[in-house]
Amino acid sequence: MSVDTKAQEKASRIGETRGARLRRVFSSRAASIVALVIAALWTIPTAGLFISSLRPEDDINASGWWMFFTNPGSATLETYNYVLYSNTQGGGLIRNLINTIVITIPGVVIPVVFAAMAAYALSWIDFKGRNFLYIAIFALQVVPLQMALIPLLSFFSQGLHIGGVTITPAWELEGVNTIVQVWIAHAIFGLPLAIFLLHNFMRELPGDVMEAARIDGATHSQIFRKVVLPLVTPAIASIAIFQFLWVWNDFLVGRTFGGGEATRPLTAVLGDMAGSWGNNWTRLPAAGFLAIIVPLLVFLLLQRYFVRGLLAGSVKG
Amino acid sequence: MDISDYTDRFGLLGVGLVAFAAVLLALYGLAELASRRDRSRAVALVFLAPAVLFLVVGLVYPAIRTIAMSFFSGDGSEFVGIDNYTWAVTDPDALKVLINTVLWIVIVPLVSTVVGLVYAVLIDGRKGERAYKALVFLPMGISFVGASIIWKLVYEYDRSGDQIGLLNQILVWFGGDPVNWLNETPWNNFLLMVVLVWIEVGFATVVLSAALKGVPTEIVEAARIDGASPSEIFWNVTVPSIRSAIVVVAVTVFIATLKLFDIVRAMTGGHHGTDVLAHNMWDQAFRLGNDGRGATMAVLLFALVIPVVIYQVRNMRRQELETR
Repeated sequence: MSVDTKAQEKASRIGETRGARLRRVFSSRAASIVALVIAALWTIPTAGLFISSLRPEDDINASGWWMFFTNPGSATLETYNYVLYSNTQGGGLIRNLINTIVITIPGVVIPVVFAAMAAYALSWIDFKGRNFLYIAIFALQVVPLQMALIPLLSFFSQGLHIGGVTITPAWELEGVNTIVQVWIAHAIFGLPLAIFLLHNFMRELPGDVMEAARIDGATHSQIFRKVVLPLVTPAIASIAIFQFLWVWNDFLVGRTFGGGEATRPLTAVLGDMAGSWGNNWTRLPAAGFLAIIVPLLVFLLLQRYFVRGLLAGSVKG
Repeated sequence: MDISDYTDRFGLLGVGLVAFAAVLLALYGLAELASRRDRSRAVALVFLAPAVLFLVVGLVYPAIRTIAMSFFSGDGSEFVGIDNYTWAVTDPDALKVLINTVLWIVIVPLVSTVVGLVYAVLIDGRKGERAYKALVFLPMGISFVGASIIWKLVYEYDRSGDQIGLLNQILVWFGGDPVNWLNETPWNNFLLMVVLVWIEVGFATVVLSAALKGVPTEIVEAARIDGASPSEIFWNVTVPSIRSAIVVVAVTVFIATLKLFDIVRAMTGGHHGTDVLAHNMWDQAFRLGNDGRGATMAVLLFALVIPVVIYQVRNMRRQELETR
């Protein structure tokens, strides 16, 4: 519909020849089709996974997900029930879903709070070496976390020794407690980007507000808590969403630092399941959708904050 | 099974959060103390201490240690000089990893940026623009592992009969024979790249679409009145005005591509000639137990981002000079 009205609008343009008008109408049609094709390509695979997750296992094995429409009455939540609660192979993922939640909350809170403090110091406290420190943290943003994996894991499991002197002992975390390692690893890897983004926002705050607060005798910690934090709440929200998506969706950190399968997050377990794609594969659509749905909802509901953070981080930097 | 089996996990969460709150309180007290005495250096120290401590212990020191490890043998006991690097550039398997990585970092940023730009231009000002954007943006919220499962279903192969994978079904509908896509070297590499492109195009679209809105309409109008064709306007007006946004998108996707681990791990495990640096690094260190080679792969990865680091820092320095 929109194409037609647009074409009419444009056709009324003065001095346009019939050939030019035809070309314009055609290219508008072509553009619509290309846009629709791209939109479809980007949606259908996910829809396929969702539909598969609702089919009985025998059906998943026998035919493609599009055949579901020949028998929509067969929809069932049986596979979800199995992957969450079954005691047999490929089931019991509720345990890993809980791990993911337990990992994600501190995995977001710790780096965001520490980053806010650091960003405040880097933007509003005057001290020598501030610029150098900021540029160093900025550069750390692109250091691949792969550079840190092996030594960080040995830091946790064997402690830190320099020339035979023990600086820190091994942490010797076992069972559920290995999750602490994952918290710390996520905090470390999330810090550089969070500091950079928050610094961008905080630097934009009007300097005279800070000045006025200082003249009124407010200390830095008071200004930080009562003036700066309320003003950058939207920015903190968008960074928290970034970090949330990153931690919830993470495979590498959870797999490396998460100990045994019982204490790994959902995505790490799923990644291994997908890698083997064995007889269990009929359960993967349900398990996969379980892992996808929470970040997807957060993402859809809070897209505005996310986009704001994205634009602030990328277009400015 | 029921939730009460997991009180240990929630207990840990509670203890962790309380401990974190206690640390914050202590820091706040210290900052207050330093503030009262008007020592801004000390205040800055308190505010920066946690972040700097984490970064030094968790990123800077490990990075240096990784560089050192790359000159040692697999178990770290013996100094081997540049043997690991010689291995990385002469061993056929390692060489394949490097070649694949180069393919990835050239193709994925290029295709993601181009498709994102084309799509952003096509939907710009169109009715339902927001919905169009949201559909393509959605995969950004899906994990790489989730996306891998989604696409593995698309590529699924059955020797005969009804196909379960959409791609093979389409092939069969057109009279072809089904193909075991993920085993077809070297084409499987491109099928894996499709997954990352599928994720990154949404990012490219959102950033470039916002940049497009910033192109002054007067310039575009003026060009049109001067008789410029739409493609001339696109290449000579639109693209130069959003150049910096294009660079940012390409660089961001470049870095994400270089660090890519999950998709390869979840889709092929690096078999059938699909291994890349970040995945091979993990495989060497944590599956094969060769820390020396793993560290070497990590260093090579780092070497590839160094130009980006330099470019970014330069950019930032320039921006800071401009704003002053």
